[in-house]
Amino acid sequence: MSERKAQIAKQFIQAIPHATALGMELTQIGDGKAEICMPYDPQLVGDPKTGVIHGGAVSALMDTCCGAAVMSHPESPAATATIDLRIDYMRPATPNQSIRAQAECHHITRSVAFVRAVALDDDSDNPVAMATGTFTVEGR
Amino acid sequence: MARKPPEPMQYVKQRRDAALRALVGGVPYIQFLGISFDRRGDELTALLPFDQKLIGNPFLPAIHGGVTAAFLEVSAIIELSWSLLWEDIESGAISLEDLQAGTLPRLPKTIDFTVDYMRSGLPRDAYARARVTRSGRRYASVQVEAWQDNHDRPFAHGAAHFLMPRREGR
Repeated sequence: MSERKAQIAKQFIQAIPHATALGMELTQIGDGKAEICMPYDPQLVGDPKTGVIHGGAVSALMDTCCGAAVMSHPESPAATATIDLRIDYMRPATPNQSIRAQAECHHITRSVAFVRAVALDDDSDNPVAMATGTFTVEGR
Repeated sequence: MARKPPEPMQYVKQRRDAALRALVGGVPYIQFLGISFDRRGDELTALLPFDQKLIGNPFLPAIHGGVTAAFLEVSAIIELSWSLLWEDIESGAISLEDLQAGTLPRLPKTIDFTVDYMRSGLPRDAYARARVTRSGRRYASVQVEAWQDNHDRPFAHGAAHFLMPRREGR
């Protein structure tokens, strides 16, 4: 992936108001792969008794990361939208740790991009969640 | 034997509303997104008022797909929890004092969640209603649909599975 495309993708992610609201930071991008970090924030808690982040915030992170992976694919013209996304929640994320999503666009056709992603906290051998999604390939 | 007179309506309403407040008000993430619930009897409608911070694509503009997913997920889990609590709210097994103090039984946990994006979310208010399609001892299935201006044109649909909280003594 060209440096310029990576730069455009990065700027695009950082221009997303909701990504900013959740404190997301794009840490890696290129060749159909992306990694985004979301720091722990008490505002995003789903269960006040345990301090565990709400599944919805993890979904938002996964969706953004999958979209970024599609945009960074060499055969993708750039723009994309989610068609469908499935998330499996394997365990609650540990409170006070940031969540890191890693997504890979493993297959792309003229009209559809197929993506899988994983969400990790500090215990990276035990994923918090996994996602499978399909995305549109726009503007061709 | 004479039938017990029905409870005054305001008591019933007070208890139902307190239960809903305890369920929704205690969750920071629901407040963060600005979601509220409208109750008619036992029927809940989730409301997501539009806000700039919910935008995903600033060029269209459109609501972030992650926000849509989160909105559906919040609606689904509240509907399921509400349906689990309903009987205890109605019978008075959960007291008004407990509800006002925010004491609630354990809630279900999401196992998986699937979202279908049917059209892009416009920069407007959104609504959602969920339906519990199966409520078992260990697992539950919930379907949820969100729409904006026109109820007949939903913009997203979700299907979720939940792990039920363990009941006392099992």
